[in-house]
Amino acid sequence: MPIKLSVRNVFKVFGRKTNAALELLAQGRSKEEILKATGATVGVQDASFDVGEGEIFVVMGLSGSGKSTLVRMLNGLIAPTSGSILIDGDDVASCGRRRLREIRREKIAMVFQHFALFPHWTVAENAAYGLRVKGVQAPERRERALKALDQVGLRAWAESLPSELSGGMQQRVGLARGLATGPEVLLMDEPFGALDPLIRREMQDELLALQKTLRKTIIFITHDLNEALLLGDKIAIMKDGRFVQVGTAQEIVSNPADDYVAAFVADIDRGRVFTAEDVSNDPAAVRLGTDNAEDAMRTMEDLNRNALYVVDDKDNIAGVVTYQDLAAATLDEEAPNPVLEEALITEYPTAAADDQLNALYGAASGGLPIAVTDERDRLVGVVEPEAVFAQLSGDEEEAGEEAPDAATPTETADSPGKERAHA
Amino acid sequence: MLSPGDLLVIPFDDWVNDFVRGWLVPNFRPAFRAAQVPITLVLNGLDDFFNALPMLLTTGVFALAAWKWAGRSMAIFTLIGFAFIDMIGLWPQTMTTLAMIITSVLFCAVIGIPAGIVAARSDMVWKVLRPVLDIMQTIPSFVYLVPIVMLFGVGMAPGIIATIIFALPPIVRLTNLGIRNVRGDLIEAAQAFGSTGWQMLVDLQIPLAMRTIMAGLNQTLMLALSMVVIAALIGAGGLGLVVNTGLGRLDVGGATAGGVGIVILAIVLDRITQGLGEQNQAETVSLRAVFLNLIRLRGSHRPTGEIRKAG
Repeated sequence: MPIKLSVRNVFKVFGRKTNAALELLAQGRSKEEILKATGATVGVQDASFDVGEGEIFVVMGLSGSGKSTLVRMLNGLIAPTSGSILIDGDDVASCGRRRLREIRREKIAMVFQHFALFPHWTVAENAAYGLRVKGVQAPERRERALKALDQVGLRAWAESLPSELSGGMQQRVGLARGLATGPEVLLMDEPFGALDPLIRREMQDELLALQKTLRKTIIFITHDLNEALLLGDKIAIMKDGRFVQVGTAQEIVSNPADDYVAAFVADIDRGRVFTAEDVSNDPAAVRLGTDNAEDAMRTMEDLNRNALYVVDDKDNIAGVVTYQDLAAATLDEEAPNPVLEEALITEYPTAAADDQLNALYGAASGGLPIAVTDERDRLVGVVEPEAVFAQLSGDEEEAGEEAPDAATPTETADSPGKERAHA
Repeated sequence: MLSPGDLLVIPFDDWVNDFVRGWLVPNFRPAFRAAQVPITLVLNGLDDFFNALPMLLTTGVFALAAWKWAGRSMAIFTLIGFAFIDMIGLWPQTMTTLAMIITSVLFCAVIGIPAGIVAARSDMVWKVLRPVLDIMQTIPSFVYLVPIVMLFGVGMAPGIIATIIFALPPIVRLTNLGIRNVRGDLIEAAQAFGSTGWQMLVDLQIPLAMRTIMAGLNQTLMLALSMVVIAALIGAGGLGLVVNTGLGRLDVGGATAGGVGIVILAIVLDRITQGLGEQNQAETVSLRAVFLNLIRLRGSHRPTGEIRKAG
């Protein structure tokens, strides 16, 4: 995945004595000490990260953590004190005003927490704002704005005023305004923070659905970890202006970098973070015709499982056999080593690899392992019911033998914040 | 008792005299004379225009405007009030005063709105401008009447210049206020989409500040009306002259008649401009729409009207 946005060692210090503050920062002084010594407020310290094309990069932090400052530096609304911010190789931090304006017009759009719609214009005029600024002629402007409104399902409201719309709809207009210019990078500053929970949920799903077709590079700011985990391909957790941890949702939940992150992770809905793939094991299927009941029972004993899936000669799932049923069948003295068909259960639960765990509760409670299938219905893995519940309760050791990459600590080059956090 | 005045006497009045009489007047008189040309042109044009219009037509137009923006009772008041002015024989003077007021307000807007915009965009400019406006508002107008007469002579135009000095501050202040009060996140959004400063001003700041600017215009108009009598002291005509003449001759009736004329005109103009300003309450009126509204007196049913009801 090509890198779209590359942020290197960005600092932001508010106040007059920025150089003195930077020096003190380099000496490892804390935010409070620096405020006392120089009167300067440290907004962001040493942020470095890369965002790949089409990726959603979520910055999560509480208020005052510097996340809004960070996102405003990405489009130059706030100039960084030092560091570089490269978008396709253009440095937003150092380019001139004219170039910055061009970048804002062509490449990077923004969606705001309180919508920031222009109250004196209709929805269509609002959506067309970026195009108006670019100097696009009125008819084309309108056509493209309506297209953007179509994407967010608000075409029918084109002639309304923003004040006539509900909060969720207003934010859709904000999103349409951001999309209308066809930017490559979309900055979203707590876009759903002002919405009530039900609408927020709806908007999150809608954003994910839109993103499937749009593939924009999105920098998404939020104070809600659940939102971050749901949306983010990569998540950065910010505290006091610095990144505490950068990683995927699974990495952060299963391996929090410090107590601060761990405290957040403690009460999130793990069922929405992990997928069937994260807890699935090798299918270790037995084959109809080639394997018999004893083979199947031996495999189960070796793998310490209670049931195995059975595939036919075309690799399609035929069903599932349990140790219990096979044991009962072998007791039948007339056929001491019966074929697998005799004990085959053909009603079995299935899931897709990217199904969230909280969709598997029902299937897991049936007691049979869940077959994880790919888009062509082939068996790619097996999820033991215990693994589902173990993962949900946060007890990873039991979450299957080759448990998720997520469960193994990763120190990757693209999570520089992590080393710092440990240091 | 010793006081600072015993130690040092500052001949402040002489300094001012020297400055104005000795330097400003001899050197710049022609320049100031030339500066009043545009004022004279606009004023004479308007004066001739209003005096040429038939009384009934003018009254009708004003009554319709009052109906549209200030309601039916104001329209009736306008009809009766203007008829009363005509019946007490002061119609031509009233029209001259109206021309003077409109000229003053026009120049105040032309100077004051851009000044307010510049002040809103730069804290430095505002810091400098603010005390100047304070002085303009607090200094008694008689103080600057003398230098104005010296520089510009006597007549209608100097009277209007005095009126402009007196009436300018509110429009500057309220333009500044209106633009500074435009929500910060809207400005941020405009910047984030790559607006230039000019685009932001035209698309966003002026339309959203319009209501406040209109309130400033209304204040300026009222102050201009209150200067009518004082301006008449240095040769401006109209109702102010009627009041002054009454004062000079101890003619209570004449002075009162002029005063009543000014009051009626003030009420009508105030209500109409207030109504115009309040129309922006719905935050829907663009700059263009305001001017269209000003031009189109007869109310065709424009969307702004409907929104006003809804809002």
